[in-house]
Amino acid sequence: MSLEISNIIKQYGRFPALKGVSLFAEDGEFLALLGPSGSGKTTLLRVIAGLEIADSGAVAFRGEDMLVKPVRQRGIGFVFQHYALFRHMTVAQNVAFGMRAKPRKERPGNTQIKARVAELLSMVQLDHLGGRYPSQLSGGQRQRVALARALAIDPKILLLDEPFGALDAKVRRELRSWLRDLHERTGLTTIFVTHDQEEALELADRVAVLKDGQLEQVGTPEELYHDPASAFVFDFLGDTVQLPCSIEGGIAVIDGYGAPIIGAHPSGGAARAYIRPDEFALDGGEGPGLGARVRNLILAGPEARVDCALERGGSIEVRISHDEAAKLTPRQRVRLLPRRVRVWSDAAPTTDMSPEPVEA
Amino acid sequence: MSGRSIARRDPPWLVAALIAIACLYFALVLMMPLVTVFMEAFRQGTETYLAAISEPDAISAVKLTLLVAGIAVPLNTVFGIAAAWAVSKFEFWGKSALLTLIDLPFSISPVISGLVFVLLYGINGWFGPWLDQHNIQIIFTVTGLVLATTLVTLPFVARELIPLMQAQGTDEEAAAATLGAGPLRTFFFVTLPNIRWALMYGVLLCTARAMGEFGAVAVVSGHIRGETTTMPLHIEILYNEYNSAAAFAMASLLSLFALVTLAVKSMLEAQFADDLAAHRLR
Repeated sequence: MSLEISNIIKQYGRFPALKGVSLFAEDGEFLALLGPSGSGKTTLLRVIAGLEIADSGAVAFRGEDMLVKPVRQRGIGFVFQHYALFRHMTVAQNVAFGMRAKPRKERPGNTQIKARVAELLSMVQLDHLGGRYPSQLSGGQRQRVALARALAIDPKILLLDEPFGALDAKVRRELRSWLRDLHERTGLTTIFVTHDQEEALELADRVAVLKDGQLEQVGTPEELYHDPASAFVFDFLGDTVQLPCSIEGGIAVIDGYGAPIIGAHPSGGAARAYIRPDEFALDGGEGPGLGARVRNLILAGPEARVDCALERGGSIEVRISHDEAAKLTPRQRVRLLPRRVRVWSDAAPTTDMSPEPVEA
Repeated sequence: MSGRSIARRDPPWLVAALIAIACLYFALVLMMPLVTVFMEAFRQGTETYLAAISEPDAISAVKLTLLVAGIAVPLNTVFGIAAAWAVSKFEFWGKSALLTLIDLPFSISPVISGLVFVLLYGINGWFGPWLDQHNIQIIFTVTGLVLATTLVTLPFVARELIPLMQAQGTDEEAAAATLGAGPLRTFFFVTLPNIRWALMYGVLLCTARAMGEFGAVAVVSGHIRGETTTMPLHIEILYNEYNSAAAFAMASLLSLFALVTLAVKSMLEAQFADDLAAHRLR
């Protein structure tokens, strides 16, 4: 079912949590709300569900106004960050709760409820755990019970609040692909909140990036990654090296070295270059480039990480292949050649990732 | 493990001395008075004992005590749940004031609690003339006893529930709402089962305190024998009349009520522990 959110505003006291957010999700779409903590993503999800009341704005499912309805009449499947399973009920009772809570006329019979519970538990691969209590399950299992419970009411839309937030990295990866499969099978319009950019980029059809209660950019993972609308989005979606630069004839000049710019950029003057750590070439000889000295080599992991002290001051970490790194030794002098950079005006550095001064 | 190894290193005389002090203190301060109550009660034989507790005034005191507790405890149970619910699930102006005031009956002397009602409803009190005109009497009646007892035992249920409900948060209630449950269903199927053991515990403590209440009740009672004397008041009257056999007989009965409450509480705790353990398995 399609979802249309228009101009939602929400204040907590004097703190503006949402400053006019508009968003559209198509029928069957898998949408991620991505942002740092305090960006308003969970508030937005709770407004859609009716767990928070917006100060103004509209939420509609396939054109039907939702804000006039109380939570329990909205038909929303909501999976809470900490699952919120009913701790005194068994897994099966948890899943059956929504069906038993229906008005008498719509309530299915006992045998139907039992059959549906069994069907849902098998769908989330917990067939034999119906008699267990939530506290007897692992985090990943609880997560799936919460999902089965939400799906039991045949929701119009599925909302997930940091669905993998409380799980360890390995379980998280397993559940991710499982959730993607489940979405393909159910075809439910699904919105999930996350602060993990990897999760959002891997799972979602489209990602909405929020910052300070406002939408920063909405797009497919590819669009966001390759065509970020702002320094914030670029920085939030991956590790970033930031260096001051100037624009001269469409080229970013960093310490006298001209690097090619991709994407839109300011027409001139002082600006800031944003570079991914793997978009540097490393050269041991003399010539153009940013002079630096190798401080440390980290050779474990899929790529080698080289910690470099820049001659202009500060330090950055770049990533290169293990083959290239094999030629390097600590304290060696190198030149860093940014292969491509993005440039935004230097108004406000987005994070603390800018190079910190190091002692010579 | 580390606790055990530290205990092993303690000199034996210290361990023995600490245990001895604890046991002695316990025996002197707690066990001896309790045993004395029962010994004194039966000193003049079982017949005197039975006569003392089956005398009409004694029976009416027992009945009155149960009646007062039977009204005050349900009142404070309902209030306790409502207050705990309000405090733990909502944000509202004056919340911290409410939290502090709930504890007030713990900290003020019960005598004052009694006097307050005399000041309000007594013949010379604020509402005294109005009540008198309408022929309503509160002080020196069962109504007064119930009011005083309710005030003194007000915090027990609320105090047990508030920390638990605050720790549990509102997620389960929110989940119930998204699943289509109305407020009543949410309360009886989600909230109440989650607080049932704490609730029972609070109700028991409240009951024990309500039955034993003396100070506030003494002020509003007027000591009308057979009419407004609860068990603690009846014991005092008997004792002041140098009828110590009867006084201790009643005292033993009241102690027995307290011991039964304690036993039920322990049973509940054991039950609760089983329940918790079952939930913690694996």
